[in-house]
Amino acid sequence: MNYVIIGNSTAGIGTVEGIRKHDKSGEIIIISNEKHHTYSRPLISYLLYGKTTEEKMKYRKDSFYEDNNAKLVFGNVLSIDDKKKTVNLENGESISYDKLLVGAGSKPFVPPMQGLESVKNKFTFMSLDDAKALEAIITSETRVLIIGAGLIGLKAAEGLSKRVASITVVDMATRVLPSILDEEGSKIVEEHLVKSNIKCILGTTTKELFEEKAILSNGDEINFDVLIVAVGVRPNTELVKDIGGQVNRGIQINTKCETSINDIYSAGDCTESYDITTGENKILAILPNAYMQGEVAGINMAGGNKEYTNAIPMNAMSILGLHMITAGSYDGEQIITKAENAYKKLVVRDGLLVGYIMIGEVNRAGIYTSLIRDKVQLDSVDFEVLKNKPQLIAFSKQVRMQKLGGVKNDN
Amino acid sequence: MKKVYVNEEWCLGCHLCEYYCAFANSGITDMVKALKDKKINPRIQIEEGGDVCFAVSCRHCEEPLCVKGCITGAITIVDGVVSVDREKCVSCYTCILSCPYGAVMPSDEGAIQKCELCVKNAGGEPNCVKGCPNKAIVFEERG
Ligand SMILES: Cc1cc2nc3c(=O)[nH]c(=O)nc-3n(C[C@H](O)[C@H](O)[C@H](O)COP(=O)(O)OP(=O)(O)OC[C@H]3O[C@@H](n4cnc5c(N)ncnc54)[C@H](O)[C@@H]3O)c2cc1C
Repeated sequence: MNYVIIGNSTAGIGTVEGIRKHDKSGEIIIISNEKHHTYSRPLISYLLYGKTTEEKMKYRKDSFYEDNNAKLVFGNVLSIDDKKKTVNLENGESISYDKLLVGAGSKPFVPPMQGLESVKNKFTFMSLDDAKALEAIITSETRVLIIGAGLIGLKAAEGLSKRVASITVVDMATRVLPSILDEEGSKIVEEHLVKSNIKCILGTTTKELFEEKAILSNGDEINFDVLIVAVGVRPNTELVKDIGGQVNRGIQINTKCETSINDIYSAGDCTESYDITTGENKILAILPNAYMQGEVAGINMAGGNKEYTNAIPMNAMSILGLHMITAGSYDGEQIITKAENAYKKLVVRDGLLVGYIMIGEVNRAGIYTSLIRDKVQLDSVDFEVLKNKPQLIAFSKQVRMQKLGGVKNDN
Repeated sequence: MKKVYVNEEWCLGCHLCEYYCAFANSGITDMVKALKDKKINPRIQIEEGGDVCFAVSCRHCEEPLCVKGCITGAITIVDGVVSVDREKCVSCYTCILSCPYGAVMPSDEGAIQKCELCVKNAGGEPNCVKGCPNKAIVFEERG
Protein backbone atom coordinates (compact mmCIF):
# COMPACT_ATOMS: atom_id res chain seq x y z
CA MET A 1 0.00 0.00 0.00
CA ASN A 2 1.32 3.42 -0.80
CA TYR A 3 -0.02 6.50 0.94
CA VAL A 4 0.32 10.11 -0.10
CA ILE A 5 -0.50 12.96 2.24
CA ILE A 6 -0.88 16.56 1.08
CA GLY A 7 -0.01 18.86 3.98
CA ASN A 8 2.63 18.44 6.67
CA SER A 9 0.66 19.98 9.49
CA THR A 10 -1.71 18.66 12.15
CA ALA A 11 -4.08 16.77 9.85
CA GLY A 12 -1.19 15.22 7.94
CA ILE A 13 0.69 14.20 11.06
CA GLY A 14 -2.49 12.72 12.57
CA THR A 15 -2.87 10.71 9.39
CA VAL A 16 0.66 9.32 9.59
CA GLU A 17 0.09 8.27 13.19
CA GLY A 18 -3.28 6.76 12.28
CA ILE A 19 -1.80 4.78 9.38
CA ARG A 20 1.04 3.47 11.52
CA LYS A 21 -1.40 2.06 14.08
CA HIS A 22 -2.39 -0.47 11.42
CA ASP A 23 0.27 -0.58 8.78
CA LYS A 24 3.89 -0.47 9.83
CA SER A 25 5.42 -0.91 6.40
CA GLY A 26 3.39 0.79 3.65
CA GLU A 27 5.16 3.67 1.95
CA ILE A 28 4.12 7.13 3.16
CA ILE A 29 4.95 10.30 1.26
CA ILE A 30 4.05 13.68 2.79
CA ILE A 31 4.03 16.64 0.41
CA SER A 32 4.34 20.13 1.82
CA ASN A 33 4.58 23.52 0.19
CA GLU A 34 5.90 24.97 3.44
CA LYS A 35 9.57 24.09 3.62
CA HIS A 36 9.73 23.27 7.30
CA HIS A 37 9.78 20.34 9.65
CA THR A 38 6.20 19.97 10.93
CA TYR A 39 5.52 22.83 13.30
CA SER A 40 2.67 23.96 15.49
CA ARG A 41 0.84 26.68 13.61
CA PRO A 42 -0.79 28.22 16.71
CA LEU A 43 2.66 28.83 18.16
CA ILE A 44 3.64 31.50 15.68
CA SER A 45 2.32 34.17 18.04
CA TYR A 46 4.17 32.60 20.97
CA LEU A 47 7.34 32.68 18.88
CA LEU A 48 7.05 36.44 18.47
CA TYR A 49 6.19 36.79 22.13
CA GLY A 50 9.32 34.85 23.08
CA LYS A 51 7.51 32.03 24.81
CA THR A 52 8.78 29.39 22.43
CA THR A 53 11.53 28.94 19.87
CA GLU A 54 11.59 27.50 16.37
CA GLU A 55 13.13 24.38 17.86
CA LYS A 56 10.55 23.95 20.59
CA MET A 57 7.62 24.67 18.31
CA LYS A 58 8.28 21.61 16.21
CA TYR A 59 5.04 19.65 16.40
CA ARG A 60 6.89 16.34 16.43
CA LYS A 61 10.48 15.29 17.17
CA ASP A 62 13.27 15.65 14.64
CA SER A 63 13.20 11.90 14.11
CA PHE A 64 9.46 11.81 13.38
CA TYR A 65 9.73 11.02 9.66
CA GLU A 66 12.43 8.45 10.20
CA ASP A 67 10.60 6.86 13.14
CA ASN A 68 7.45 6.54 11.07
CA ASN A 69 9.22 5.55 7.89
CA ALA A 70 7.62 8.49 6.10
CA LYS A 71 9.21 10.61 3.40
CA LEU A 72 8.77 14.37 3.44
CA VAL A 73 8.81 15.99 0.01
CA PHE A 74 8.78 19.77 -0.42
CA GLY A 75 6.58 20.74 -3.33
CA ASN A 76 3.33 22.31 -4.32
CA VAL A 77 0.54 20.00 -5.48
CA LEU A 78 -1.27 21.53 -8.45
CA SER A 79 -3.77 18.81 -9.17
CA ILE A 80 -4.96 15.31 -8.41
CA ASP A 81 -5.68 12.79 -11.13
CA ASP A 82 -8.12 10.40 -9.52
CA LYS A 83 -8.25 8.18 -12.61
CA LYS A 84 -4.51 7.59 -12.81
CA LYS A 85 -4.26 7.96 -9.03
CA THR A 86 -1.47 10.48 -9.08
CA VAL A 87 -0.83 13.90 -7.67
CA ASN A 88 0.92 16.41 -9.87
CA LEU A 89 3.44 18.84 -8.47
CA GLU A 90 4.34 22.28 -9.70
CA ASN A 91 7.85 21.07 -10.60
CA GLY A 92 6.38 18.63 -13.10
CA GLU A 93 6.83 15.56 -10.98
CA SER A 94 3.91 13.25 -10.41
CA ILE A 95 3.56 10.90 -7.47
CA SER A 96 1.21 7.94 -7.46
CA TYR A 97 -0.93 6.85 -4.56
CA ASP A 98 -3.16 4.01 -3.49
CA LYS A 99 -4.74 6.14 -0.77
CA LEU A 100 -4.55 9.91 -0.65
CA LEU A 101 -5.16 12.33 2.19
CA VAL A 102 -5.87 15.99 1.49
CA GLY A 103 -4.88 17.96 4.58
CA ALA A 104 -4.37 21.26 2.81
CA GLY A 105 -5.65 23.50 5.60
CA SER A 106 -6.68 27.03 4.85
CA LYS A 107 -5.35 30.27 3.49
CA PRO A 108 -5.81 33.79 4.76
CA PHE A 109 -8.72 35.68 3.30
CA VAL A 110 -7.79 39.19 2.23
CA PRO A 111 -10.86 41.12 1.14
CA PRO A 112 -10.60 43.86 -1.44
CA MET A 113 -9.65 47.05 0.40
CA GLN A 114 -9.24 50.41 -1.20
CA GLY A 115 -5.56 51.30 -1.38
CA LEU A 116 -4.24 48.00 -0.03
CA GLU A 117 -1.71 47.78 -2.87
CA SER A 118 -0.04 51.00 -1.72
CA VAL A 119 0.68 49.66 1.79
CA LYS A 120 4.38 49.01 2.09
CA ASN A 121 4.51 46.51 4.93
CA LYS A 122 1.51 44.24 4.87
CA PHE A 123 1.20 40.79 6.30
CA THR A 124 -1.17 37.97 7.01
CA PHE A 125 -0.62 35.85 10.12
CA MET A 126 -0.91 32.18 9.30
CA SER A 127 2.51 30.67 8.92
CA LEU A 128 5.97 30.44 10.39
CA ASP A 129 7.23 32.42 7.41
CA ASP A 130 4.72 35.17 8.19
CA ALA A 131 5.99 35.30 11.78
CA LYS A 132 9.61 35.36 10.67
CA ALA A 133 8.97 38.11 8.16
CA LEU A 134 7.30 40.17 10.88
CA GLU A 135 10.11 39.39 13.29
CA ALA A 136 12.60 40.74 10.77
CA ILE A 137 10.87 44.07 10.37
CA ILE A 138 9.53 45.10 13.77
CA THR A 139 11.36 47.29 16.26
CA SER A 140 10.35 48.89 19.53
CA GLU A 141 9.30 51.90 17.43
CA THR A 142 6.90 50.04 15.16
CA ARG A 143 3.23 51.04 15.05
CA VAL A 144 1.04 48.08 14.14
CA LEU A 145 -2.46 48.11 12.71
CA ILE A 146 -4.32 44.83 12.80
CA ILE A 147 -7.53 44.40 10.85
CA GLY A 148 -9.58 41.69 12.51
CA ALA A 149 -10.38 41.13 16.20
CA GLY A 150 -10.90 37.41 15.88
CA LEU A 151 -8.65 34.67 17.26
CA ILE A 152 -5.84 35.21 14.77
CA GLY A 153 -5.86 39.01 14.97
CA LEU A 154 -5.78 38.97 18.75
CA LYS A 155 -3.06 36.32 18.88
CA ALA A 156 -0.99 38.47 16.53
CA ALA A 157 -1.60 41.43 18.85
CA GLU A 158 -0.50 39.40 21.85
CA GLY A 159 2.60 38.11 20.08
CA LEU A 160 3.70 41.63 19.20
CA SER A 161 2.54 43.35 22.37
CA LYS A 162 5.92 43.51 24.10
CA ARG A 163 7.88 44.16 20.96
CA VAL A 164 6.41 47.23 19.34
CA ALA A 165 5.40 50.80 20.15
CA SER A 166 1.67 50.54 19.60
CA ILE A 167 -1.02 48.16 18.44
CA THR A 168 -4.45 49.10 17.13
CA VAL A 169 -7.03 46.47 16.27
CA VAL A 170 -9.89 47.43 13.97
CA ASP A 171 -12.89 45.25 13.25
CA MET A 172 -16.17 45.65 11.46
CA ALA A 173 -17.82 43.57 14.19
CA THR A 174 -18.92 45.50 17.24
CA ARG A 175 -17.11 43.16 19.62
CA VAL A 176 -13.96 41.05 19.88
CA LEU A 177 -13.94 37.27 19.36
CA PRO A 178 -17.56 37.20 18.24
CA SER A 179 -17.23 33.65 16.93
CA ILE A 180 -16.49 32.13 20.34
CA LEU A 181 -17.78 34.57 22.97
CA ASP A 182 -21.09 36.12 23.97
CA GLU A 183 -21.42 39.89 24.43
CA GLU A 184 -20.51 39.84 28.09
CA GLY A 185 -17.42 37.73 27.37
CA SER A 186 -16.35 40.02 24.54
CA LYS A 187 -16.63 42.98 26.89
CA ILE A 188 -14.37 41.32 29.47
CA VAL A 189 -11.74 40.54 26.85
CA GLU A 190 -11.93 44.00 25.32
CA GLU A 191 -11.42 45.62 28.72
CA HIS A 192 -8.43 43.37 29.28
CA LEU A 193 -6.96 44.32 25.90
CA VAL A 194 -7.38 48.00 26.59
CA LYS A 195 -5.72 47.58 30.00
CA SER A 196 -2.86 45.86 28.19
CA ASN A 197 -2.44 48.87 25.90
CA ILE A 198 -3.99 47.33 22.84
CA LYS A 199 -6.37 49.81 21.27
CA CYS A 200 -9.59 48.36 19.88
CA ILE A 201 -11.71 50.25 17.37
CA LEU A 202 -14.82 48.17 16.76
CA GLY A 203 -17.84 48.45 14.51
CA THR A 204 -15.55 50.22 12.08
CA THR A 205 -14.07 49.43 8.68
CA THR A 206 -11.06 50.76 6.84
CA LYS A 207 -12.24 53.14 4.19
CA GLU A 208 -8.93 53.70 2.51
CA LEU A 209 -5.36 52.60 2.97
CA PHE A 210 -2.23 54.49 2.10
CA GLU A 211 1.43 53.58 2.35
CA GLU A 212 1.52 54.13 6.12
CA LYS A 213 -1.93 55.40 6.98
CA ALA A 214 -5.50 54.15 7.21
CA ILE A 215 -8.66 56.19 7.11
CA LEU A 216 -11.48 54.47 8.94
CA SER A 217 -15.21 54.61 8.35
CA ASN A 218 -15.63 56.62 11.57
CA GLY A 219 -13.28 59.25 10.21
CA ASP A 220 -10.29 58.29 12.38
CA GLU A 221 -6.86 58.36 10.78
CA ILE A 222 -4.35 55.82 11.94
CA ASN A 223 -0.68 55.96 11.12
CA PHE A 224 1.09 52.62 11.03
CA ASP A 225 4.33 51.01 9.95
CA VAL A 226 3.01 47.47 9.69
CA LEU A 227 -0.43 46.29 8.63
CA ILE A 228 -1.69 42.81 9.49
CA VAL A 229 -4.82 41.58 7.74
CA ALA A 230 -6.51 38.92 9.85
CA VAL A 231 -10.15 39.03 8.85
CA GLY A 232 -10.59 35.35 8.25
CA VAL A 233 -9.44 32.21 6.50
CA ARG A 234 -10.73 30.19 3.58
CA PRO A 235 -10.34 26.43 3.28
CA ASN A 236 -8.11 25.07 0.52
CA THR A 237 -10.72 23.01 -1.30
CA GLU A 238 -9.63 23.44 -4.93
CA LEU A 239 -7.69 20.19 -5.30
CA VAL A 240 -10.82 18.18 -4.56
CA LYS A 241 -13.29 20.54 -6.19
CA ASP A 242 -11.35 20.51 -9.48
CA ILE A 243 -11.91 16.78 -9.89
CA GLY A 244 -15.59 16.97 -9.06
CA GLY A 245 -15.39 16.02 -5.39
CA GLN A 246 -18.19 17.26 -3.18
CA VAL A 247 -17.27 20.60 -1.70
CA ASN A 248 -19.52 22.96 0.15
CA ARG A 249 -17.71 25.68 2.10
CA GLY A 250 -15.19 23.00 3.00
CA ILE A 251 -14.47 19.58 1.56
CA GLN A 252 -17.32 17.19 2.39
CA ILE A 253 -16.28 14.07 4.25
CA ASN A 254 -18.14 11.25 5.94
CA THR A 255 -17.54 9.92 9.45
CA LYS A 256 -14.61 7.86 8.13
CA CYS A 257 -13.11 11.03 6.66
CA GLU A 258 -13.61 9.82 3.09
CA THR A 259 -14.37 12.41 0.43
CA SER A 260 -16.88 11.64 -2.31
CA ILE A 261 -14.01 10.36 -4.48
CA ASN A 262 -12.67 6.83 -4.13
CA ASP A 263 -9.50 6.44 -2.12
CA ILE A 264 -9.28 10.15 -1.36
CA TYR A 265 -9.65 11.17 2.27
CA SER A 266 -9.55 14.60 3.80
CA ALA A 267 -9.03 16.06 7.27
CA GLY A 268 -8.49 19.30 9.12
CA ASP A 269 -9.21 22.93 8.31
CA CYS A 270 -10.02 22.25 4.64
CA THR A 271 -13.01 20.08 5.57
CA GLU A 272 -16.44 20.54 7.05
CA SER A 273 -17.32 18.75 10.26
CA TYR A 274 -20.69 17.79 11.64
CA ASP A 275 -21.15 19.85 14.81
CA ILE A 276 -23.20 17.66 17.15
CA THR A 277 -24.32 20.66 19.20
CA THR A 278 -26.16 22.30 16.31
CA GLY A 279 -26.62 19.46 13.85
CA GLU A 280 -24.94 21.53 11.14
CA ASN A 281 -21.97 20.93 8.92
CA LYS A 282 -19.40 23.62 9.43
CA ILE A 283 -15.72 24.32 9.28
CA LEU A 284 -14.15 23.71 12.67
CA ALA A 285 -10.74 25.25 12.15
CA ILE A 286 -9.19 24.01 15.37
CA LEU A 287 -6.16 21.90 15.89
CA PRO A 288 -7.65 19.04 17.97
CA ASN A 289 -10.26 18.49 15.28
CA ALA A 290 -7.58 18.38 12.57
CA TYR A 291 -5.61 15.79 14.51
CA MET A 292 -8.55 13.56 15.31
CA GLN A 293 -9.87 13.63 11.75
CA GLY A 294 -6.39 12.91 10.42
CA GLU A 295 -5.96 9.99 12.77
CA VAL A 296 -9.35 8.53 11.83
CA ALA A 297 -8.57 9.00 8.12
CA GLY A 298 -5.21 7.29 8.57
CA ILE A 299 -6.69 4.31 10.37
CA ASN A 300 -9.30 3.84 7.65
CA MET A 301 -6.77 4.35 4.85
CA ALA A 302 -4.72 1.54 6.35
CA GLY A 303 -7.68 -0.83 6.41
CA GLY A 304 -8.82 -0.21 9.97
CA ASN A 305 -12.28 0.91 10.87
CA LYS A 306 -12.84 4.05 12.84
CA GLU A 307 -15.38 6.84 12.79
CA TYR A 308 -15.24 10.40 14.04
CA THR A 309 -18.69 11.31 15.22
CA ASN A 310 -18.50 13.79 18.04
CA ALA A 311 -16.94 16.96 16.69
CA ILE A 312 -17.78 20.17 18.51
CA PRO A 313 -16.45 23.70 18.26
CA MET A 314 -14.10 24.27 21.19
CA ASN A 315 -11.35 26.72 21.98
CA ALA A 316 -8.82 27.30 24.69
CA MET A 317 -7.55 30.79 24.21
CA SER A 318 -5.45 33.07 26.32
CA ILE A 319 -4.63 36.64 25.71
CA LEU A 320 -2.01 38.39 27.80
CA GLY A 321 -2.68 36.31 30.89
CA LEU A 322 -6.46 36.10 30.58
CA HIS A 323 -7.53 32.51 29.96
CA MET A 324 -10.80 31.50 28.41
CA ILE A 325 -12.24 28.16 27.39
CA THR A 326 -15.36 27.78 25.29
CA ALA A 327 -17.18 24.90 23.65
CA GLY A 328 -20.35 24.03 21.79
CA SER A 329 -23.13 26.41 20.84
CA TYR A 330 -24.97 29.04 22.84
CA ASP A 331 -28.57 28.66 21.77
CA GLY A 332 -30.61 27.54 24.79
CA GLU A 333 -31.24 28.26 28.45
CA GLN A 334 -28.36 30.32 29.83
CA ILE A 335 -27.00 29.85 33.32
CA ILE A 336 -24.59 32.61 34.18
CA THR A 337 -22.30 32.92 37.19
CA LYS A 338 -19.96 35.79 37.82
CA ALA A 339 -17.25 36.23 40.38
CA GLU A 340 -14.49 38.75 40.96
CA ASN A 341 -12.29 37.58 38.12
CA ALA A 342 -14.41 34.94 36.51
CA TYR A 343 -17.32 34.69 34.16
CA LYS A 344 -19.12 31.47 33.35
CA LYS A 345 -22.05 30.66 31.15
CA LEU A 346 -23.56 27.21 30.76
CA VAL A 347 -26.08 26.63 27.97
CA VAL A 348 -28.69 23.90 28.28
CA ARG A 349 -31.02 22.68 25.58
CA ASP A 350 -33.33 19.67 25.55
CA GLY A 351 -31.88 18.32 28.78
CA LEU A 352 -28.29 18.44 27.51
CA LEU A 353 -25.39 20.79 28.09
CA VAL A 354 -24.73 22.16 24.61
CA GLY A 355 -22.23 24.90 25.28
CA TYR A 356 -20.23 26.86 27.81
CA ILE A 357 -17.99 29.86 28.20
CA MET A 358 -15.47 30.17 31.03
CA ILE A 359 -13.31 33.24 31.35
CA GLY A 360 -10.71 33.85 34.03
CA GLU A 361 -11.35 30.64 35.90
CA VAL A 362 -11.07 27.58 33.65
CA ASN A 363 -10.09 24.73 35.95
CA ARG A 364 -11.38 21.30 34.96
CA ALA A 365 -13.35 22.71 32.03
CA GLY A 366 -12.94 19.38 30.24
CA ILE A 367 -15.58 17.84 32.48
CA TYR A 368 -18.10 20.21 30.90
CA THR A 369 -16.69 19.45 27.45
CA SER A 370 -17.24 15.74 28.06
CA LEU A 371 -20.88 16.35 29.01
CA ILE A 372 -21.38 18.02 25.63
CA ARG A 373 -19.37 15.56 23.62
CA ASP A 374 -20.92 12.49 25.25
CA LYS A 375 -24.41 14.04 25.18
CA VAL A 376 -24.88 13.21 28.86
CA GLN A 377 -28.52 13.57 29.94
CA LEU A 378 -28.43 16.20 32.66
CA ASP A 379 -31.07 14.34 34.68
CA SER A 380 -28.54 11.51 35.10
CA VAL A 381 -26.09 13.79 36.94
CA ASP A 382 -26.34 16.27 39.79
CA PHE A 383 -26.48 19.37 37.66
CA GLU A 384 -26.76 21.72 40.64
CA VAL A 385 -23.34 20.52 41.75
CA LEU A 386 -21.99 20.94 38.23
CA LYS A 387 -23.30 24.46 37.94
CA ASN A 388 -21.10 25.36 40.87
CA LYS A 389 -17.98 23.88 39.28
CA PRO A 390 -17.01 21.01 37.01
CA GLN A 391 -16.54 17.94 39.19
CA LEU A 392 -16.91 14.19 38.92
CA ILE A 393 -18.84 13.89 42.17
CA ALA A 394 -21.87 15.03 40.16
CA PHE A 395 -21.92 11.70 38.34
CA SER A 396 -23.57 8.57 39.74
CA LYS A 397 -21.39 6.24 41.76
CA GLN A 398 -21.52 3.68 38.98
CA VAL A 399 -20.22 6.16 36.42
CA ARG A 400 -17.48 7.26 38.82
CA MET A 401 -16.45 3.64 39.21
CA GLN A 402 -16.11 3.42 35.44
CA LYS A 403 -14.22 6.67 35.25
CA LEU A 404 -11.89 6.17 38.19
CA GLY A 405 -12.09 2.58 39.33
CA GLY A 406 -11.32 0.80 36.09
CA VAL A 407 -14.80 -0.76 36.01
CA LYS A 408 -15.86 -1.52 32.48
CA ASN A 409 -18.91 0.16 31.00
CA ASP A 410 -21.12 -2.73 29.87
CA ASN A 411 -23.29 -0.68 27.54
CA MET B 1 -0.49 -1.53 32.56
CA LYS B 2 -0.46 -0.59 36.23
CA LYS B 3 -2.42 2.58 36.94
CA VAL B 4 -3.77 4.43 39.95
CA TYR B 5 -7.30 3.27 40.70
CA VAL B 6 -9.75 4.63 43.21
CA ASN B 7 -11.61 2.62 45.86
CA GLU B 8 -13.92 5.40 46.79
CA GLU B 9 -15.59 3.72 49.77
CA TRP B 10 -12.21 3.55 51.52
CA CYS B 11 -11.34 7.20 51.06
CA LEU B 12 -11.21 9.12 54.33
CA GLY B 13 -10.82 12.52 52.69
CA CYS B 14 -7.58 12.99 54.63
CA HIS B 15 -5.85 14.65 51.65
CA LEU B 16 -2.59 12.84 52.43
CA CYS B 17 -2.34 11.76 48.78
CA GLU B 18 -2.23 15.42 47.81
CA TYR B 19 0.63 16.07 50.23
CA TYR B 20 2.57 12.99 49.13
CA CYS B 21 2.12 14.05 45.52
CA ALA B 22 3.31 17.59 46.16
CA PHE B 23 6.29 16.23 48.12
CA ALA B 24 7.28 13.74 45.42
CA ASN B 25 7.18 16.45 42.78
CA SER B 26 8.91 19.13 44.83
CA GLY B 27 12.39 17.81 44.16
CA ILE B 28 13.14 18.35 47.85
CA THR B 29 14.16 15.36 49.94
CA ASP B 30 12.92 16.56 53.30
CA MET B 31 9.13 16.35 53.56
CA VAL B 32 8.88 19.09 56.16
CA LYS B 33 10.98 21.49 54.13
CA ALA B 34 9.04 20.63 50.99
CA LEU B 35 5.61 21.24 52.45
CA LYS B 36 5.72 23.38 55.57
CA ASP B 37 3.93 26.71 55.15
CA LYS B 38 3.58 26.08 51.42
CA LYS B 39 0.35 26.16 49.49
CA ILE B 40 0.47 22.88 47.66
CA ASN B 41 -0.63 22.38 44.05
CA PRO B 42 -0.85 18.59 43.78
CA ARG B 43 -1.56 16.60 40.63
CA ILE B 44 -3.99 14.36 42.48
CA GLN B 45 -6.94 16.12 44.00
CA ILE B 46 -9.66 15.08 46.42
CA GLU B 47 -13.26 15.73 45.56
CA GLU B 48 -15.67 15.69 48.47
CA GLY B 49 -19.29 16.43 49.17
CA GLY B 50 -21.86 14.93 51.52
CA ASP B 51 -20.47 11.59 52.68
CA VAL B 52 -18.57 10.89 49.47
CA CYS B 53 -14.93 11.60 48.80
CA PHE B 54 -12.36 10.28 46.37
CA ALA B 55 -9.10 11.21 44.68
CA VAL B 56 -8.85 12.19 41.02
CA SER B 57 -5.69 11.97 38.97
CA CYS B 58 -4.79 11.25 35.35
CA ARG B 59 -6.27 8.02 33.98
CA HIS B 60 -3.47 7.57 31.44
CA CYS B 61 -6.15 6.91 28.82
CA GLU B 62 -5.36 4.68 25.89
CA GLU B 63 -6.94 7.28 23.59
CA PRO B 64 -6.00 10.45 25.48
CA LEU B 65 -7.82 13.55 24.28
CA CYS B 66 -5.16 15.74 25.89
CA VAL B 67 -2.47 14.14 23.72
CA LYS B 68 -4.49 14.26 20.52
CA GLY B 69 -5.51 17.85 21.10
CA CYS B 70 -2.20 19.22 22.36
CA ILE B 71 -1.37 22.10 20.06
CA THR B 72 2.37 21.97 20.65
CA GLY B 73 3.12 18.26 20.81
CA ALA B 74 4.18 18.70 24.43
CA ILE B 75 1.92 15.93 25.73
CA THR B 76 2.86 12.48 24.51
CA ILE B 77 2.56 8.87 25.61
CA VAL B 78 5.86 7.53 26.87
CA ASP B 79 5.70 3.81 27.68
CA GLY B 80 2.00 4.12 28.43
CA VAL B 81 2.44 7.15 30.68
CA VAL B 82 0.85 10.39 29.48
CA SER B 83 3.78 12.77 29.89
CA VAL B 84 4.33 16.50 29.60
CA ASP B 85 7.36 18.19 28.08
CA ARG B 86 7.31 21.38 30.11
CA GLU B 87 9.78 23.06 27.80
CA LYS B 88 7.42 22.78 24.86
CA CYS B 89 4.21 23.59 26.73
CA VAL B 90 3.01 27.19 26.34
CA SER B 91 0.03 26.90 28.73
CA CYS B 92 -2.67 27.27 26.11
CA TYR B 93 -4.86 24.97 28.25
CA THR B 94 -6.27 22.99 25.34
CA CYS B 95 -5.61 19.93 27.54
CA ILE B 96 -7.72 21.45 30.32
CA LEU B 97 -10.46 21.98 27.74
CA SER B 98 -10.11 18.36 26.60
CA CYS B 99 -9.60 16.17 29.69
CA PRO B 100 -12.92 14.55 30.69
CA TYR B 101 -11.61 13.93 34.22
CA GLY B 102 -10.37 17.41 34.99
CA ALA B 103 -6.99 15.84 35.72
CA VAL B 104 -4.72 18.37 34.01
CA MET B 105 -4.04 21.67 35.73
CA PRO B 106 -1.78 24.69 35.57
CA SER B 107 1.50 24.26 37.43
CA ASP B 108 3.14 26.93 39.51
CA GLU B 109 6.05 27.14 37.08
CA GLY B 110 4.18 28.17 33.96
CA ALA B 111 3.51 24.94 32.09
CA ILE B 112 0.66 22.56 32.79
CA GLN B 113 1.04 19.60 35.09
CA LYS B 114 -0.58 16.23 35.53
CA CYS B 115 0.10 12.92 37.21
CA GLU B 116 2.98 11.13 35.51
CA LEU B 117 2.88 8.16 37.89
CA CYS B 118 6.04 9.46 39.58
CA VAL B 119 8.19 8.10 36.75
CA LYS B 120 10.07 11.38 36.44
CA ASN B 121 10.72 12.06 40.10
CA ALA B 122 12.61 10.16 42.74
CA GLY B 123 9.48 8.25 43.78
CA GLY B 124 9.51 5.67 41.01
CA GLU B 125 6.13 4.36 42.17
CA PRO B 126 3.19 6.69 42.69
CA ASN B 127 3.90 8.41 45.97
CA CYS B 128 0.21 9.20 46.55
CA VAL B 129 -0.50 5.48 46.69
CA LYS B 130 2.39 4.88 49.08
CA GLY B 131 1.07 7.60 51.35
CA CYS B 132 -2.57 6.55 51.34
CA PRO B 133 -3.34 5.10 54.79
CA ASN B 134 -6.44 3.21 53.73
CA LYS B 135 -5.83 1.74 50.27
CA ALA B 136 -8.38 4.15 48.83
CA ILE B 137 -6.04 4.51 45.88
CA VAL B 138 -4.06 1.57 44.59
CA PHE B 139 -1.46 1.07 41.88
CA GLU B 140 -2.33 -2.09 40.03
CA GLU B 141 -3.49 -3.73 36.81
CA ARG B 142 -7.22 -3.72 36.27
CA GLY B 143 -8.93 -5.06 33.10
C1 LIG C 1 -2.18 32.33 14.58
C2 LIG C 1 -3.00 31.09 14.74
C3 LIG C 1 -3.33 30.66 16.00
C4 LIG C 1 -4.08 29.52 16.19
N1 LIG C 1 -4.37 29.12 17.46
C5 LIG C 1 -5.05 27.99 17.66
C6 LIG C 1 -5.32 27.52 18.98
O1 LIG C 1 -4.93 28.14 19.96
N2 LIG C 1 -6.02 26.38 19.13
C7 LIG C 1 -6.47 25.66 18.05
O2 LIG C 1 -7.09 24.62 18.25
N3 LIG C 1 -6.22 26.06 16.79
C8 LIG C 1 -5.53 27.21 16.57
N4 LIG C 1 -5.27 27.61 15.29
C9 LIG C 1 -5.80 26.79 14.18
C10 LIG C 1 -4.86 25.62 13.86
O3 LIG C 1 -3.60 26.11 13.56
C11 LIG C 1 -5.43 24.80 12.73
O4 LIG C 1 -6.69 24.28 13.11
C12 LIG C 1 -4.53 23.64 12.34
O5 LIG C 1 -3.26 24.08 11.99
C13 LIG C 1 -5.15 22.86 11.19
O6 LIG C 1 -4.26 21.91 10.70
P1 LIG C 1 -4.37 21.37 9.21
O7 LIG C 1 -3.34 20.30 9.12
O8 LIG C 1 -5.76 21.05 8.88
O9 LIG C 1 -4.02 22.60 8.28
P2 LIG C 1 -2.76 23.60 8.23
O10 LIG C 1 -2.11 23.72 9.56
O11 LIG C 1 -3.26 24.84 7.58
O12 LIG C 1 -1.75 22.87 7.25
C14 LIG C 1 -1.98 22.62 5.90
C15 LIG C 1 -0.65 22.50 5.21
O13 LIG C 1 -0.84 22.05 3.86
C16 LIG C 1 -0.02 22.80 3.02
N5 LIG C 1 -0.62 22.80 1.67
C17 LIG C 1 -1.80 23.33 1.30
N6 LIG C 1 -2.01 23.14 -0.01
C18 LIG C 1 -0.94 22.47 -0.48
C19 LIG C 1 -0.57 21.99 -1.77
N7 LIG C 1 -1.37 22.19 -2.83
N8 LIG C 1 0.60 21.36 -1.92
C20 LIG C 1 1.42 21.17 -0.85
N9 LIG C 1 1.11 21.57 0.41
C21 LIG C 1 -0.05 22.23 0.58
C22 LIG C 1 -0.04 24.19 3.66
O14 LIG C 1 1.00 25.00 3.21
C23 LIG C 1 0.10 23.82 5.11
O15 LIG C 1 1.44 23.64 5.45
C24 LIG C 1 -4.52 28.77 15.06
C25 LIG C 1 -4.18 29.20 13.78
C26 LIG C 1 -3.44 30.34 13.61
C27 LIG C 1 -3.08 30.78 12.22
